[in-house]
Amino acid sequence: MLAYLVRRLVAVVVMLLVVTLVTFGIFFLVPKLTGGDPAALFAGRQADPAAIAGIRRKLGLDAPVIVQYARFIWGLVAGRDYASGADVTHCAAPCFGYSFKTEQPVWPLLIDRFPVTFSLAIGACVLWLVVGVATGVLSALRRGSLWDRAAMATALAGVSLPIYFTGMLALAVFTYKLHWLTVSYVPFTQNPLAWARGLLLPWIVLAFLYAAMYARLTRATMLEILGEDYIRTARAKGLAEPVVIRRHALRATLTPVLTILGMDLGALVGGAILTETTFSLQGLGQAAVRAISDQDLPVILGVTMIAAFFVIAANLVVDLLYAVVDPRVRLA
Amino acid sequence: MTDDPEAFLSVRDLKVHFPTDDGLVKAVDGLSFELARGRTLGIVGESGSGKSVTSLAVMGLHGVGQYGRGRARISGEIRLDGQRLTDADPDAVRRLRGRQMAMIFQDPLSSLHPYYTVGRQISEAYRVHNPVGRAAARARAVELLGRVGIPRPDRRFDDYPHQFSGGMRQRVMIAMALVNNPDLLIADEPTTALDVTVQAQILDLIRDLQREFGSAVIVITHDLGVVAELADDILVMYAGRCVERGPAERVFHAPQHPYTWGLLGSMPRLDRERGARLTPVRGAPPSLINVPSGCAFHPRCPYAELTAGASRSTVPELREAARRHFAACHLPVADRDRIWEASG
Repeated sequence: MLAYLVRRLVAVVVMLLVVTLVTFGIFFLVPKLTGGDPAALFAGRQADPAAIAGIRRKLGLDAPVIVQYARFIWGLVAGRDYASGADVTHCAAPCFGYSFKTEQPVWPLLIDRFPVTFSLAIGACVLWLVVGVATGVLSALRRGSLWDRAAMATALAGVSLPIYFTGMLALAVFTYKLHWLTVSYVPFTQNPLAWARGLLLPWIVLAFLYAAMYARLTRATMLEILGEDYIRTARAKGLAEPVVIRRHALRATLTPVLTILGMDLGALVGGAILTETTFSLQGLGQAAVRAISDQDLPVILGVTMIAAFFVIAANLVVDLLYAVVDPRVRLA
Repeated sequence: MTDDPEAFLSVRDLKVHFPTDDGLVKAVDGLSFELARGRTLGIVGESGSGKSVTSLAVMGLHGVGQYGRGRARISGEIRLDGQRLTDADPDAVRRLRGRQMAMIFQDPLSSLHPYYTVGRQISEAYRVHNPVGRAAARARAVELLGRVGIPRPDRRFDDYPHQFSGGMRQRVMIAMALVNNPDLLIADEPTTALDVTVQAQILDLIRDLQREFGSAVIVITHDLGVVAELADDILVMYAGRCVERGPAERVFHAPQHPYTWGLLGSMPRLDRERGARLTPVRGAPPSLINVPSGCAFHPRCPYAELTAGASRSTVPELREAARRHFAACHLPVADRDRIWEASG
């Protein structure tokens, strides 16, 4: 078990390295090949060649790419210094560099944005888990009923309608027409109630999409499980039907749900781009969108790495949880 | 068999029909039998002959948790210890399940919950019907695990089903079924999923336990060899009906129905001459939606021509050929005896 964990953690580090390599390659190499110049972007439109050369030196863009990569990795691990003449700026680890646009260090920006995205993802997750799983289970138990058909039709709408459509609709109705809810981010530590109120609408919109997917998954899995031989055995023991459902069917149904949940949550915490954009929430996804439109390469790099980290971490957690849930899974 | 007041289990004119999109599936269509305490009945037939459907009907497991799927239509009468199960309150039948009547299933791996230890699953079966604590249930489960021949039952209590071999898993299933001392034990193909060497052990175990517990036992199988040593009586099913029923000895040595002859002819035996070939029953099992007219077996029966069309037009009644030995066949008894003698 410990050996397994160590091996997986090493794999996580290797994966992250590969992600940095690819991201670094795309964002620093491609502009170079197409003739774009990060230093010129950083300097602004009307910079003279001398100033651009100075910036290039300061950012270390004059060095070979491989050296730049090594410095980038070193900066992540140990921090690095940017020297411009006698003027030395220290960027503490983990150093993702400076935004080309705002000249602010990237890491504090990420730290600043992360709670917004995290709050959005967690709140929506709780909502979609409760609604999605409950709907799926009820639909499976009343297969073919009016409830089942209505729920599955709604779920089909949920998976089909894009976030920006449902989001805009929700804003139009609940914010601009009825004035019930406004969307804003208040840190949880500051005022939990305002935090929840400000995020309720994005939660509902995001959860609608995922609840729809989870309801369909839960329903399909539950129906499959209900046909299993061990469910018949549970009934043959004389267990009451609610006990059969709760203790025997639900437990097995939740395993695949758990797998998907880990992946979805991992991906969302890396930035819920559409939801954040629709509701103008200043999260990681928004930062990524702005960075891409500004061609702000260090920020894109930072957001990508954060997202990759959470997806990989979520996968690891799911694998570990799987071994807890299903005794047949041996970690070796 | 006439009404037997002694009978512990009595099934009378049982019909289990399933409405489907293609038509009505008559899985069981008018089946009657009786079973006394301490006796073993072997129900034999091909897949789809209605054996398992019958056992599930006795257990009251049709209709529970059908969840909108085409519900089984059950008619006729099932009595257990004088109590009518067929129109009893489902919850009353549920309370009998696992306590008065218990069942062993074909595939012990898929029939045990993969996420729970075998001990927990057996304890659960005990605690549904007995108001005891965890410790008492554990003691009972360990006792049963030991009784069915699982070594070191105290340790194995905490193992999961996948940690057992196939034979040991079936022993676990048997322990679970017997944990409440049921008066009726139904074993549905208890050895089909097991190695041949393990099959014999499991059959011996069932027989020993039956002697010890004095339960009535129904063994359902497609394999006459399985019931040869186990059963007191044998009931042969074909297309949802009983075609032959009688004491095991009679059915094996003086079978009265061409289908039973076919089953016996397709069964390997030690007393057969060397080089003698096994003869399969020709053709395929019939559709249960469009059951052949008359005797359902007539399209596959080599002797149907001898009945002057009766096999094709009339459903044969079960008639007593010898004491307690019944068969549903249009052939005159003398002809049947002659054909069987000639073949053997």
